[in-house]
Amino acid sequence: MHQIIQIFKKEFKDYFVSPIAYIVISVFLLVTGWFFFTTFFIYNQAGLRNFFSLLPMMFSFVIPAVTMRLFSEEMKLGSYEILMTMPVTFRDIILGKFLAGVVFVAAMLLPTLAYPICIAFMGPLDWGPVFGGYIGAVLLGGAFCGIGLFASSLTRNQIVAFIIGMVICFGLTLIDKMMFFFPQSLLSVIGYLGANFHFQNIAKGIIDSRDVLYFLSVIFISLYATHLAMQEKI
Amino acid sequence: MIHVENLTKYYDDFCAVEQISLHIKKGEILGLLGPNGAGKTTTLRMLTGYFLPSSGNIRVKDFSIDKHPLEIKQLIGYLPESAPLYNDMLVYDYLDYVARIRGLEKDERAARIRHLVGLCGLNNIMHKTIGELSKGLKQRVGLAYAMMSDPEILILDEPTSGLDPNQIVEIREIIRQIGKQKTVILSTHILTEAEATCDRIVIINKGKIVADGSTDMLKQSVGADKVIHLALLDADAASVQERLGDLDGVCRVEPANSSGDDSLTFKLICTGSGDVRKRIYETIKQTDWVLTEFYPETKTLENIFLELTREN
Repeated sequence: MHQIIQIFKKEFKDYFVSPIAYIVISVFLLVTGWFFFTTFFIYNQAGLRNFFSLLPMMFSFVIPAVTMRLFSEEMKLGSYEILMTMPVTFRDIILGKFLAGVVFVAAMLLPTLAYPICIAFMGPLDWGPVFGGYIGAVLLGGAFCGIGLFASSLTRNQIVAFIIGMVICFGLTLIDKMMFFFPQSLLSVIGYLGANFHFQNIAKGIIDSRDVLYFLSVIFISLYATHLAMQEKI
Repeated sequence: MIHVENLTKYYDDFCAVEQISLHIKKGEILGLLGPNGAGKTTTLRMLTGYFLPSSGNIRVKDFSIDKHPLEIKQLIGYLPESAPLYNDMLVYDYLDYVARIRGLEKDERAARIRHLVGLCGLNNIMHKTIGELSKGLKQRVGLAYAMMSDPEILILDEPTSGLDPNQIVEIREIIRQIGKQKTVILSTHILTEAEATCDRIVIINKGKIVADGSTDMLKQSVGADKVIHLALLDADAASVQERLGDLDGVCRVEPANSSGDDSLTFKLICTGSGDVRKRIYETIKQTDWVLTEFYPETKTLENIFLELTREN
């Protein structure tokens, strides 16, 4: 536990020492802000539905960019060897890095809290879906961080890690929109795999254990896959 | 302290380390020597738990690497080749981070960092980014990193590679100081370095141990032949060959590269038993030749190394 916190602190601080954090956060806020507010006044509704409907798509690009360096950079630099020969377990390393990614995503979402606060002044805002949306966003962010971390553990090249992570996240986001490619019998299974589907459920304000379980399973599976990828290297 | 038994490592089909067995005692400074690609780094990486051996076992104290890797990692301070530290961090932040991960308490941490800063001479660079440092300074930060937990065993992979002569001397001095109390294992392909710092030398070639012992032991063990160098004025090669070649104890006379003046130089290869120098000198005294040089070749570690690692 102690080691997880140390690794988490180091990785989280690293984001803000280099310019990555500021660039990623600005791009995220600019793009989401633009898409959200260009249509906000046309719909004329006091809600964040539009914002949350965009989020899985945004996250599939942004989160792999956040997580791509977590392992790849260390492997490229060689500091991976130092990390692995310190008295820490794989579990400590994976959880520390994963937490750093998740907390970073949470920090990225923090400024967007300004939207509901502003909107609340303009009209009657239903806070239920807003809370649900943010809880869902953190879960979705966690799942994508896990996937990004796994992608990063596969290669020493950050660009490759980014592309692998993005493809998987993008696939999970879009899979429920591509149902017509799949045979009838698989539809329910494929539908369940869609990250967007589960996220939109939570964003409606209904926190169903099935949806939460989906995200927790994605996190678990991707972190376990990372563990296997690390084991492969020793 | 460290027991290595039949250590073997395969990378796919390639056998990098084959059946290495070693017993390293407490307080030894052991030099691992070998040409490039001999398996030095692979051996060290297995000792530190970075790689798992394909077969064989490593025991450090009572811990075995496959069952208690964490306990072993706690006992070892390891600096990989070229000190791959986090380039974006400040030296102080880095050392502090390492101290925390190694589980040092708050007061202990400050005292330990202060001690290491003194030992490795880091006083003026604590506030610098690691990426900005020169190679030698980075190496010193790496040494401080490796010694953070005051480990009983220090493993250094080519600690002086790429440093200038002054820095090499400094790093060696530090290593020798540490070696007074700790077990140190270092790899190198610089022979003089091994000779200068190590109590015991293990030479590896193609993944196998080809020699193991102190420098003196190695010098005695390799090759029984002695070589004597001669330089003569006013002599002709044929008669020298004839007269000295016939001497008892001289195997053959080989002309060697001339040192520049008019004298002819020769290498006399002698068999081991007895000192033939007296007979050679007396033979020369009977002729008109002028003796300008006459010295036995001392076996350096370099010769031993060449002999043991030569491609057949």
